[in-house]
Amino acid sequence: MSETLKVPTMAECAAEGRQPEILFWVGSAGSYDDRAKKITRAFVKILNKANVDFAVLGTEESCTGDVAKRAGNEFLFQMQAITNIEILNAYGVKRIVTACPHSYNTLKNEYPQLGGNYQVQHHTQFIDELIKDGRLKVGQETTFKGKRITFHDPCYLGRANDVYEAPRELLRTLGVDLVEMKRNRKTALCCGAGGAQMFKEPEKGDKDINVLRTEDAMETQPNIIATGCPYCNTMMTDGVKAKEKEAEISVLDVAELIAKAQNL
Amino acid sequence: MQYLPNILFAIAFIVGIGYFTKNVKKLIRNIKLGRDVDVSNNKSERFKNMAMIAFGQTKMVRRPIAGILHLIVYVGFIVINIEVLEIVIDGLFGTHRIFSSIGKPYGVLIGIFEILAVLVFVSVILFWIRRNIIKLKRFWKAEMTSWPKNDGNFILYFEMILMTLFLVMNATDLHFQSMDSGNVISQFIAPWFSGLSEGTLHLIERSAWWLHILGILVFLNYLYFSKHLHIILAFPNTYYGKLTPKGQFNNLESVTKEVKMMMDPNVDPFAAPAEGTEAAMPEKFGASDVQDLSWVQLLNAYTCTECGRCTSECPANLTGKKLSPRKIMMDTRDRLEEVGKNMDTNNGEFKDDGKQLLDDYITREELWACTTCNACVEACPVSIDPLSIILEMRRYLVMEQSAAPAELNNMMTNIENNGAPWPYNQMDRLNWKNE
Repeated sequence: MSETLKVPTMAECAAEGRQPEILFWVGSAGSYDDRAKKITRAFVKILNKANVDFAVLGTEESCTGDVAKRAGNEFLFQMQAITNIEILNAYGVKRIVTACPHSYNTLKNEYPQLGGNYQVQHHTQFIDELIKDGRLKVGQETTFKGKRITFHDPCYLGRANDVYEAPRELLRTLGVDLVEMKRNRKTALCCGAGGAQMFKEPEKGDKDINVLRTEDAMETQPNIIATGCPYCNTMMTDGVKAKEKEAEISVLDVAELIAKAQNL
Repeated sequence: MQYLPNILFAIAFIVGIGYFTKNVKKLIRNIKLGRDVDVSNNKSERFKNMAMIAFGQTKMVRRPIAGILHLIVYVGFIVINIEVLEIVIDGLFGTHRIFSSIGKPYGVLIGIFEILAVLVFVSVILFWIRRNIIKLKRFWKAEMTSWPKNDGNFILYFEMILMTLFLVMNATDLHFQSMDSGNVISQFIAPWFSGLSEGTLHLIERSAWWLHILGILVFLNYLYFSKHLHIILAFPNTYYGKLTPKGQFNNLESVTKEVKMMMDPNVDPFAAPAEGTEAAMPEKFGASDVQDLSWVQLLNAYTCTECGRCTSECPANLTGKKLSPRKIMMDTRDRLEEVGKNMDTNNGEFKDDGKQLLDDYITREELWACTTCNACVEACPVSIDPLSIILEMRRYLVMEQSAAPAELNNMMTNIENNGAPWPYNQMDRLNWKNE
């Protein structure tokens, strides 16, 4: 496509005998899902712009096992976890940043008991840190200034790990008109994809969860629904389509908003 | 004959406490049917949680109306029960208002009780209106029929009656009214009984006194059969509540052993167990019945007060799916009670009854509707974790029965083969870089 991204792999770094500052855990969605790949690229653009010394595992990365664990397959989860931990530990990884709250939760909370101890951050936390440390400059005079934006809390970032403010801080940095849904933060409604639902049809009911959540968002009359999770992004995008509002409302990851604001 | 009331009181008291103790023992036995789990860590954090969540009601007041009404009933319950101590002493020794000899402080105390009694009465009426007139949705869900529905109202009637008896008892007590200290409310009720003879008043006062204490003893014994058990169990339950981040699901050690063995190239798969050690039966993975759950999960089930805050926040339930986290807890308690009764009739041994928690109580459709979003866990005012039970049952379905929905099996096969839940080649993982 367009400009090339600088994406060193851990293997390359190891060959050069250097240890990058952070490992960017891309995750399966971020690697393969067409929509999520755009989020991955947006985040890398930010990393490149801020001259962050990072690397990815590339073809050595494998599914964290989150979805297997939540489906009840502890065997498969632990096989994935132990394989990943062996690779991460072999490279001496200390810090991990990921754009997927599911990977974030699993790496941060569920890998330590299996021998994987890392400092793990969600990409919104990391970008927030870059801005606070002055490594990334974002002005208020952005294309999003004054735009009505509502943030949908991903369950595995919010309730699961009590991270509510980092993504909102970033949105405020962009000078947007941040509007909250009636269910937000601790009481935010799930997008419907967690717990392996992403990979199956929902049980019989009278509505799809993502449609209900999209209605929550639409009550705030937003220009943009911001998320911080590739699954939420898919679900909310589908929800907006189901409501035939895709011409008026776009669904974007916080990283995409930051990157776009910088014309990256 | 003059000691007859004292003897009758002592008998009623001993029977009341005795039957309650018997049921508490049963309760403890049933909870201990659960698997052991180590919750001995972080004592100070646990005490803090108990103090804040159970004692301090911090999560109750997140819904302000119900929270404040509940707070009044809760404070009233604790404070007015100080009076029970006096009633018990009076009853056993034939004294009358033994603490009144302390003078002014007694008036202050009873005055507080009377004010609280009125506040409790009003709150309970409002609760009843919310349940029966306004018909708040969460009290009318599918699982809230028959006993659970009646139970909620019985408790309210009990409290209305007990508070009324307490005030009538004070209002018709000539000795107490003549003290004119502490009768802040009952002095206005006393005139309703004016014109009655002293003897009749005494009879009413005695009747109210007896009905009040007998009512309390009956209510105490009602707890075991009711959602009202939460007034006791909320304390241990918040103490033993989950301390790790909500997103962290427990690690199955038994699986770790097997996985490590599978992945260790030095393990001889055909090795016989070492001499002298018996080949241990591998532990069952997940839960199909209550005995497979941990004792904390069983304690959770007995603690549930069926308020339905979990269900009213559950995305699956809100969109018409069968899953209701409250029902998960109610089913667990009902099945546990059934297992307990089975043991009672079989000399303490459980005889297979051909039933289990899975399918006979909780259906697969409910289990697979969960998004593991933790809304139910967050909503619970007493730290119950319905999600952990759903996960244990999914584990049983997947690891013991290979009974996951077909789409999930595809997803898991993809992870096994390609290291991703989608059927893409692992070698293409970095392709996004150049797209």
